[in-house]
Amino acid sequence: MTHRTERLLSVGALARVEGEGALHLAVRDGEVEDVRLQIYEPPRYFEALLRGRRYTEPPDLTSRICGICPVAYQMSACRAVEDACGVVVDGQLALLRRLLYCGEWIESHTLHIYLLHAPDFLRLPDALALARTDPALLQRGLRLKKAGNEIVETLGGRAIHPVNVRLGGFHRLPAHAELDHLATVLRQARTDAEDTLGWVAGFDFPPLTVRHELLALTEPDGYAIDSGTPTGAPAGSFPVRDFEQRVREHQVPHSTALHATLDGRPHLTGPLARWNLGSEGLPAEVRALAAEAGLGPRCDNPFRSIVVRAAEVLWAVTEAQRIIEGYEPPPAPAVPVRPRAGSGFGATEAPRGLLYHRYDLDEAGIVQRAVIVPPTAQNQSAIEADLRAFVQPRLHLDDAELTRRCEQAIRNYDPCISCAAHFLTLTVDRR
Amino acid sequence: MGGERVVVIGVGNEYRHDDGVAVAVLAELAAGGLAVARLTLCDGEPTRLMELWDDADLAVVVDAVHSHPGEPGRIHQVDVDADHLLADPLAGEEAAAGTHGLGLGHAVALAAALAKLPRELLIIAVEGTDFSIGEGLSPAVADAVPRVVAEVRRAVHARR
Repeated sequence: MTHRTERLLSVGALARVEGEGALHLAVRDGEVEDVRLQIYEPPRYFEALLRGRRYTEPPDLTSRICGICPVAYQMSACRAVEDACGVVVDGQLALLRRLLYCGEWIESHTLHIYLLHAPDFLRLPDALALARTDPALLQRGLRLKKAGNEIVETLGGRAIHPVNVRLGGFHRLPAHAELDHLATVLRQARTDAEDTLGWVAGFDFPPLTVRHELLALTEPDGYAIDSGTPTGAPAGSFPVRDFEQRVREHQVPHSTALHATLDGRPHLTGPLARWNLGSEGLPAEVRALAAEAGLGPRCDNPFRSIVVRAAEVLWAVTEAQRIIEGYEPPPAPAVPVRPRAGSGFGATEAPRGLLYHRYDLDEAGIVQRAVIVPPTAQNQSAIEADLRAFVQPRLHLDDAELTRRCEQAIRNYDPCISCAAHFLTLTVDRR
Repeated sequence: MGGERVVVIGVGNEYRHDDGVAVAVLAELAAGGLAVARLTLCDGEPTRLMELWDDADLAVVVDAVHSHPGEPGRIHQVDVDADHLLADPLAGEEAAAGTHGLGLGHAVALAAALAKLPRELLIIAVEGTDFSIGEGLSPAVADAVPRVVAEVRRAVHARR
């Protein structure tokens, strides 16, 4: 128990998150006075460098924003540019895009579950310690992640920054033999995903209930990933083209990533939002296994987001299997997309949450303006609010333990700072 | 090569000046032709590295390194011996900031713990001096590229 009246806790460089950031926590007379998630990764100016580029370029250029979720950038960019050009990609081409996206969810979520977040729940310093404690368990995680990699490599041409996506579809369609191989890989992945869900369900979750405004895409007959309607709770649903009227970005001095609010209030996007707004759209067998893992239709404890991610991996595996089983080659790898003057809007569900793109094109298809709103930027205010609620009843902990718990809490959101500024060093200021 | 599986992996980023040395080395190897099972670039993320060298009899990994004090262009070769790795090769290192910051050392330690090291792992590391944003190698590092290419070829041909 500390008898100091002022306390400053400072984590200078957060570990096991994507990118560079820090946490500053100031406590005065036993009350948390200030929580700042400081993102100091330099701004990357992608929206500016897209101006003047051809309409065909945003999918490849924006995929370079992130090495973990490049497919999300490609998909939101394609949807936005295609919207501007009046093209809708549907049928088997849309399903192949979804298959590619499922690969990225499997890859990204599994990396986060096994290598970044699980060590927190097991009180291990990192994944290397987990590998030494239980190598077979980590091998299962790597095998599951590799299944995701193989999907991305097959559909995207390579595992990082895929090169096979284009407006209207793909440059090259997958061969039947390649999909047959994926089907074989996915059979093992299905077992591994079910075992992963059962494993994380047994973790000890610190009690924390949060009630944020939520924002996720929803689909009438399924779980949203590559398309859907932006839906807030309690804000309600709205067209993608209204996104910038509803979700407003603003600058704060301590972050190089813009903060955002939904109808003026901080909001949360990502696994918890998707689950609470859309879990009824999951297949019955996934919902049943999630229920066995302790996930009901509503989850308000951010520490349980690791269970939601595991359920989403299981869904992505089953969805990938479904797409491959029903695959019929489309007549061409892509449908034509011709430029026209106008604005286009696109949103998809990146592993970390809703990712919005907007492009304004001139009649020759040159980008006049680009707007990209990534999920981690949207989540910053909610992360700070959650940390404040989490830390207050735990101020009796010493700085080292409080720091460890705060880092675990931040990793609940799997923040991708490279995307948002595009992460974490902790300062607790106890005064 | 008697059916032996040899992979050559370059780790680096050509948009961070000297961190791109492996990119330049792989470009020369590809242009000159090299009969290996895999010749590929990687961002150095440990699980990807492990996948790339999975089941290899020999993996040659080319990477750029910081050294203080350093000698830009100096080449280091490390034959990784799985039986004689330090109990904690990363002791004393600061926790890496994100998977982007996890390096080759983490990959080797993780692979060793999981029995996922290639049968033989040769690391060829080149000391760099400029890792700021931008393209192009500093002169001393550029001068080292042909020597690294020759070292990779020598290691690969020794398996024939």
